[in-house]
Amino acid sequence: MSAHAPAARLPRWMEYGLLPVLNLVLALLVSGLVVVVIGQDPFEALGVLLKGAFGSIENIGYTLYYATDIIFTGLAVAVAFQAGLFNIGGEGQAYIAGLGVGLVCLYLDFLPMPVIIALAVIASMVFGAAWAAIPAWLQAHRGSHIVITTIMFNFIAYSVMVYLLVHPLIEPGQMAPQSRAFAANAIMPSIKGVAAVVGLDLGAAPLNLSFVWALIAAAGTWLFIGHTSPGYAIRVVGANPEAAVCAGIRPERAIMLAMLLSGALAGGLALNEVMGVQQRIMVGFTAGYGFTGIAAALMGRNHPVGIILAALLFGALYQGGAELSFDIPDISAEMVVVIQGFVIIFTGALENMLRPTLARLAARLEGGRAQTA
Amino acid sequence: MNPVKLSLSVMTAAAALLAGSATGGRAAEAIKPAIVYDLGGKFDKSFNEGVFHGAEAFKARTGIVFGEFAPTNDAQIEQGLRNFARKGFSPILGVGFDQAEPIKKVAAEFPKIKFAIIDGDVNAPNVQAISFKEYEGSFLAGALAALTTKTDKIGFVGGMDIPLIRKFSCGYAQGAAAINPKIGVTINMTGTTGAAWNDPVKGGELAKSQIESGVDIIYQAAGATGIGVLQTVADAGKLGIGVDSNQNGLHPGHMLTSVMKGVGVATDKTFTEALNGTWQPGNTVLGLKEQAVSLAFDDENAPLISADIKARIDALQADIIAGKVAVHNYAEDNHCPL
Repeated sequence: MSAHAPAARLPRWMEYGLLPVLNLVLALLVSGLVVVVIGQDPFEALGVLLKGAFGSIENIGYTLYYATDIIFTGLAVAVAFQAGLFNIGGEGQAYIAGLGVGLVCLYLDFLPMPVIIALAVIASMVFGAAWAAIPAWLQAHRGSHIVITTIMFNFIAYSVMVYLLVHPLIEPGQMAPQSRAFAANAIMPSIKGVAAVVGLDLGAAPLNLSFVWALIAAAGTWLFIGHTSPGYAIRVVGANPEAAVCAGIRPERAIMLAMLLSGALAGGLALNEVMGVQQRIMVGFTAGYGFTGIAAALMGRNHPVGIILAALLFGALYQGGAELSFDIPDISAEMVVVIQGFVIIFTGALENMLRPTLARLAARLEGGRAQTA
Repeated sequence: MNPVKLSLSVMTAAAALLAGSATGGRAAEAIKPAIVYDLGGKFDKSFNEGVFHGAEAFKARTGIVFGEFAPTNDAQIEQGLRNFARKGFSPILGVGFDQAEPIKKVAAEFPKIKFAIIDGDVNAPNVQAISFKEYEGSFLAGALAALTTKTDKIGFVGGMDIPLIRKFSCGYAQGAAAINPKIGVTINMTGTTGAAWNDPVKGGELAKSQIESGVDIIYQAAGATGIGVLQTVADAGKLGIGVDSNQNGLHPGHMLTSVMKGVGVATDKTFTEALNGTWQPGNTVLGLKEQAVSLAFDDENAPLISADIKARIDALQADIIAGKVAVHNYAEDNHCPL
C-alpha cells in the first residue's frame, strides 16, 4: 500500500516509530471513551488488558500464540503487497493448508515425529500455495482481479472443508464436524518443555514450535524480498509493472511467485492451529486471523520486523481482550471487538491522517537543524 | 498508572467479584456456577439465550449469581473454562458441542470442580453431559406437517450444514414419511460457515424457492436465519414450524408449532442439583419422555390443528416414549435412512 501512496515522506524514526505509536495512542483514547460511556473505568480496563496480555509467563505465552497466527498471515499479505497484489485469501489458503497438515498427521503418523513435522511444514506450504495458485494464475495471465478471486476462493475453501469434515473426515459418533485427534507423535511440540528448562512456567498456554517457524519465516521473507533477485523482481513489478517489463522482468512470473509464497506463508497458521493447538482438523480454525493479518501488514508497513511487532500488539489485544471480558463482565466480547476495531482503523485505515502534520513537523525540525548548522 | 496502583485496582476488582458472588446468602454451602457460551454469542434468540434465561431463573429463585464468558475463538473456550475453574467456580457449564474437547481437557486438570456440557458427549467422573433427542421432536413436527399439508410437499431450512442440524432434518423427514411415505420433503441448508446461523435474508430466499416449488409448510432449525424463513412463510400465507423455544407467537395463524428444546430447564436443573448436593456426573439424554423436547401447543396454533390430528400426534408421541416407534438418530452413524 505505502508503495502506491507515498503521501508524504517522513524520516524513518517517524515512519516506523512515532506514527504507529501516535495512532495506537489515539485508538486507545477513543476506546477509553467508549469504556467510559458504558460506565466503566478506562484505566482499570487498560490495566486488566495489559495484565491479561503480559501479567504472567502463561499470559505472555497466550499472547505469543495468538501473535504466531498473525505473523504468518501478516507476512502472507505483505509479500503479495510487494508485488502490488492485495491477497485477502489468507483465510482460505490457511484453511486448505490445514487440510494438508491434517492429512499428514492423520495418515502418516506411523513415521517418526521429526519426519512428520517436516512433512507437515511442507504440506502447509504446498496446500496453501496451491490454493493461492489459481487466483494468481488468473491475475497473471487473464487479469482477473486478485481481490475478487481470492475472496471467492475463501468461500470455496469454507465449503470444501465443511464438506470434508462433515462427511469423509469426521470422527464417527460425535457431533462436532472435526477429525479424530492426532496421535501423540503427530503434534507440533509445545515450547513448554524448553521454557521449563530456563525456569519459565508456560502453564496452559498453547505456544508451540510454530512460533519459531514464524520467526524463521519472517527472517526468510526479509532476506528473500530485500536481498535476492526474484524478490527484487517482485518489488519492481509492485512499484511499476511497465518499468519491470522494460527492465526484462516478466510480471506474470513475479505475480505467480509472490502469490505462491503468500499462500505458503498463510499455511503456517494451519501448523499452529491444527498441529499445535487443536491437534485435529476443525471447522473454522482460521477464526479470522487471515483478515487480522491484513491489519498487521498495514500497521507493520509490510516489513517483517514491523509485522512481528504488529502481531504482538494484536496478540496482546486478543489475549488481553479475553481476560478483559472475563474480569469485567460489562465489557462484553463484542466490546473487545470494538476496541480491536479502533486499533485497526487508526493504525491501518487512518494511517495517513496524521501523516501530513508529522511531515510538516519533520520539515520544520529539518529546517531548524539546517539553520543552527 | 503505576504498578502498585494498577495491581490495587485489579485487587479491588477481584474483591468486588468475590463480594458479588457471596451475596447469594448461604455463605457456607453456596455454589459459584459459571457458563461459557458457545461461539454464537449470548443473545442469539435461541440456544445460548435459552441457557442464559435458565440461569437467570436459577438466580431469581436462589439469589446466587453466576459467572459468564462469551468466547470469540476456539482457544478462548478452553481459556474461559480454565479461568473459571482456577477461580473456584463450580459447576461450570459449557454450551454447545464445540466444547466437548476443551471440557474433557480442563475437567481432567480440575477433578474437584463439577463440569456440565450441553449437546456434547464427555465421559469423565466430574462431567455431566446433557444432550437432547431433537430428532424425536422433529419427528413429531414432520408427522404434524404431513397431516396438515395440502400439497403433500413440506420443507426444511437448516443453518450450517453439520450433523446436529441433520439430526433435526432427518427426524423431520422420518416423521413425515411415517404418515405418508410418498410425501416430498425439500431440505435446504443455508451455508457452510458460522454466518449461516445469522442470515435471515438468505433464509427467506430459501423459503421462497421452496414455496414456489409447492411446499406449504417449512420447519426451520437455523438460528437467527430462521427468523427470515418464518417471516417469508407468513408473508406467503403458508405455515412455519419454529425451533428451540416457543416461536408460535411470532406469526400467529402462520405458525403450525415449535419444536422446543429445554436448554434453560437443563441449565437450571444442573445448577440446582449442585446446590442441593444431588449433582451426578454422566450422560443424560433428554427427550420427549423427560419433556425436555416437545411440540408447542398453545392458543396461538390451536385453530390450525384439529382434534383428530392432535390425537394422532399424541398417540405417536406415546408410541415413541413407549419405544413402539423408533426414530433413527442421524448422529449415531452420520446417515439418514431416508
